[in-house]
Amino acid sequence: MKRRALKAAFPRTIPIMTGFIFLGMAYGIYMNASGFSFIYPFFMSMLIFGGSLEFVCVEMLLSPFAPVQVLIMAVMIQARHLFYGLSMLDKFKGLGWKKYYLIFGMCDETFSVNYTSEIPEDVDRGWFYFFVTLLNQFYWVASATIGGIIGSLLKFDTSGISFVMTAMFVVIFLDQWMKEKIHVSSMIGILVSLVCLILFGADSFMIPTMILIVLLLTVLRKWLEQCAKLKEKEEPTK
Amino acid sequence: MSSMTLAQQIITIGMCILGTMATRYLPFFIFKENKKTPEYIQYLGKFLPSAVFGMLVIYCLKNVEVLHGTHGIPEGISILVTAVLHIWKKNMFLSIAGGTICYMLILYFL
Repeated sequence: MKRRALKAAFPRTIPIMTGFIFLGMAYGIYMNASGFSFIYPFFMSMLIFGGSLEFVCVEMLLSPFAPVQVLIMAVMIQARHLFYGLSMLDKFKGLGWKKYYLIFGMCDETFSVNYTSEIPEDVDRGWFYFFVTLLNQFYWVASATIGGIIGSLLKFDTSGISFVMTAMFVVIFLDQWMKEKIHVSSMIGILVSLVCLILFGADSFMIPTMILIVLLLTVLRKWLEQCAKLKEKEEPTK
Repeated sequence: MSSMTLAQQIITIGMCILGTMATRYLPFFIFKENKKTPEYIQYLGKFLPSAVFGMLVIYCLKNVEVLHGTHGIPEGISILVTAVLHIWKKNMFLSIAGGTICYMLILYFL
């Protein structure tokens, strides 16, 4: 039963593997360049297991100690997982102990594979999800740790690797931009952060930024939902 | 290098774990029976992510000094390279690698 599930799960994780090797190693090298031993990427990649937050966490480890801000940021960055959970409520029903690991390991990529996979009738659903989750986590933790180790062996200056985080968020932001019909929220994110950065300075602008973003989105709710409806009528096929 | 003590580092990483796991486990605790998700939450789910990713782009650039030093020119050029590559080829890894290598090269030759 397990073998068959593993055989069905592995091919689905290959695209994730290539991505994780690249980003995971970059993350490990970045941590090394920031002065952390490979023990850090090992534990962080295993226990946080959420790429974007792990990158941001490095930055926060280098800043003054501010646990409340870290927690709020973590929740804001990871808020989308709430919706992954909501989508998997039914699919994870009745899977026993495996369910708790599946929820723990549900990063973006694992969610998208598990959510979209059509599992063959003769393959056990629970074990299929389990192996997708486990394999993805293995790729990520191994790559991050290896990155942390080889980072110290690289002879050239790796400090510029920190830009990998900027580039990653630029790419995610662009993907989101090209996918959405109205860009109000994207622009709110950029503009509010910029204004708060200028007003409050680099060390203390994040909490006002996050509060203001949620406030603005709440105030604009009626209007935004109406815009979204209108746009849908214009392009019903999209 | 981090200026935190080991305990502070562990708490910081712990907060990241706590925040992540709260968002992953919460739906399974709250919606045990098939209750409907509140509409406000659905709305935030649709519109919040774009704003958060915009915020994170600015967060990455928070220490760039526009008025001194390199005036943020290396960052600006590298973001442009990343964006052009991404709009052109739509390949996440190519865009990230291209932008990062561009940035490292600029730092190296500057």
